Amino acid sequence: MYAQMVKSEAADESAEAQAFQARIDAGEKIEPKDWMPAGYRKTLIRQIGQHAHSEIVGQLPEGNWITRAPTLERKAILLAKVQDEAGHGLYLYCAAETLGVSRDELTEMLLDGRMKYSSIFNYPTLTWADMGAVGWLVDGAAIMNQVPLQRTSFGPYSRAMIRVCKEESFHQRQGYDIMMKMAQGTPEQKAMAQNALDRFWYPSLMMFGPSDADSVHSAQSMAWKIKMNTNDELRQKFVDQTVPQAEYLGLTVPDKTLKWNDEKGGYDFAEPDWAEFFEVIKGNGPCNTERLAARNKAWDDGKWVRDGLLAHAEKRNARKVAAE
Amino acid sequence: MADVTQEQLFEFLCRMGDNTLVLGHRVSEWCGHAPVLEEDIALANTALDLIGQTQMWLGLAGEVEGKGRTADDIAMLRDVWDFRNVLLAEQPNGDFGQTMMRQFLFDAWHLAMLTALTKSTHEQIAAIAAKAVKEVQYHVERSGETVIGLGDGTSESHKRMQDALDLLWPYVGEMFVSDAIDDAMAAAGIAPDLADLRAQYDAHVTPVLAEATLMIPEGGFAHKGGKTGFQHTEHLGHLLTQMQWLQRAYPGATW
Ligand SMILES: [Fe+2]
Ligand SMILES: [Fe+2]
Repeated sequence: MYAQMVKSEAADESAEAQAFQARIDAGEKIEPKDWMPAGYRKTLIRQIGQHAHSEIVGQLPEGNWITRAPTLERKAILLAKVQDEAGHGLYLYCAAETLGVSRDELTEMLLDGRMKYSSIFNYPTLTWADMGAVGWLVDGAAIMNQVPLQRTSFGPYSRAMIRVCKEESFHQRQGYDIMMKMAQGTPEQKAMAQNALDRFWYPSLMMFGPSDADSVHSAQSMAWKIKMNTNDELRQKFVDQTVPQAEYLGLTVPDKTLKWNDEKGGYDFAEPDWAEFFEVIKGNGPCNTERLAARNKAWDDGKWVRDGLLAHAEKRNARKVAAE
Repeated sequence: MADVTQEQLFEFLCRMGDNTLVLGHRVSEWCGHAPVLEEDIALANTALDLIGQTQMWLGLAGEVEGKGRTADDIAMLRDVWDFRNVLLAEQPNGDFGQTMMRQFLFDAWHLAMLTALTKSTHEQIAAIAAKAVKEVQYHVERSGETVIGLGDGTSESHKRMQDALDLLWPYVGEMFVSDAIDDAMAAAGIAPDLADLRAQYDAHVTPVLAEATLMIPEGGFAHKGGKTGFQHTEHLGHLLTQMQWLQRAYPGATW
């Protein structure tokens, strides 16, 4: 997901911790000033931070096509979408800041590789159809995870998710609309659409992370209501939702084993190549180097701007004080 | 009131629309790469406004022309010599300071121009201007504040902003040079006399640059050739190779 393989800290057994757990079990929201176990705080910082970084790095693969959008309207829609993603990053950094970590600290951890972002954004966007596939599949997969997170136990995170989800479903519809146009377009456009699905299908399945049904970390995160479903549950839901949409487009999901299973009421499907996933997480995805380099460049090139604006604000304040 | 020809009106509308098209494109190049998240969002806003204005100006241009061309056809299927934007708009982004200086120098003209156009005798032009002027009012406040903040910031930011002003100032003059088309528009009450806008422009720009502790370069030299289309800079062609790529590579497809 946007936050993949977030390691959970262990709970402690103190009376406070038990009372805290009771609040969560009762469906109460935890607010920043409330007492919380150190492990809960740490795990949330990791998760929200990684989620925020994903929104920010996620601007890059789509930003890659803004200057090549085929019509003025498509350009405006794509630009607005990427702008929304920056906004999501902003809400999430704000939510993380309530836990006592600054946006700059989180940014530095992203830039030097201590913190991760979603594996999906290390894949390249090669044609215009990829703008459709990303909206349809990537935003679609994000929604699967983020809709339940609206009910997460941490108040600021939950509220950020509520704002984010409204926009994500819009993004997904816009992506699907691009795919539709392509799938019903010229033979070249249709081929472009199929090619985009071929490349983005498995990386989208990887977004949910490897099976965590038996993971201790996940069990703790689920008890804390930081994680609401297992990775496999969400992946299954995603496949069940997406396959009929692909059929409607007249496109073929690149999985020969894909088959409806009456008994479970869902599709049987092939797992993605998890060896590839772990390579991407390690930094060996097709675009890891470019993505991090782009973020580092923006940050380094922007230093004089941030310093300049800060220096000006200080001068202005000093003049104000002197005048009073 | 004098009459204007359809060709003159088309030309004028292309000038308005190509300015916003080309500058909007330039600003959109920043998406995902700005110095701070808030600036990223703000730049995207500006680009979005400019693209929206382009749809209106070039849409009307297509109507006036009467050959069935849409705003997209005009944007995506003309070559360099048919573009009518001022040279300032097509200048590369450079660093963030150069981008914001370009924006401010353009915005201040844009605001004066649109304010005058709200009183145009041409109803549709007045309506487009009325909508756009509200957006541009905000653009110029923002770009002006940034120019002040960076000009009067650190010594490095000051130097970069002065360099940007030195580089871009020679492109300011073109926005105020009138030709036969501008004269015809002014005579018909469709658009203002550009020379009249200059005083307004200077009254706006001079105090902002002074507060930014920046020196306006001496000498009145002005590059020109953009708005007449006679001679653009080499930058425009490269911009078009990106902007028009899909429409050129897959003619006749709809997107
Ligand atoms: Fe998002
Ligand atoms: Fe999104």
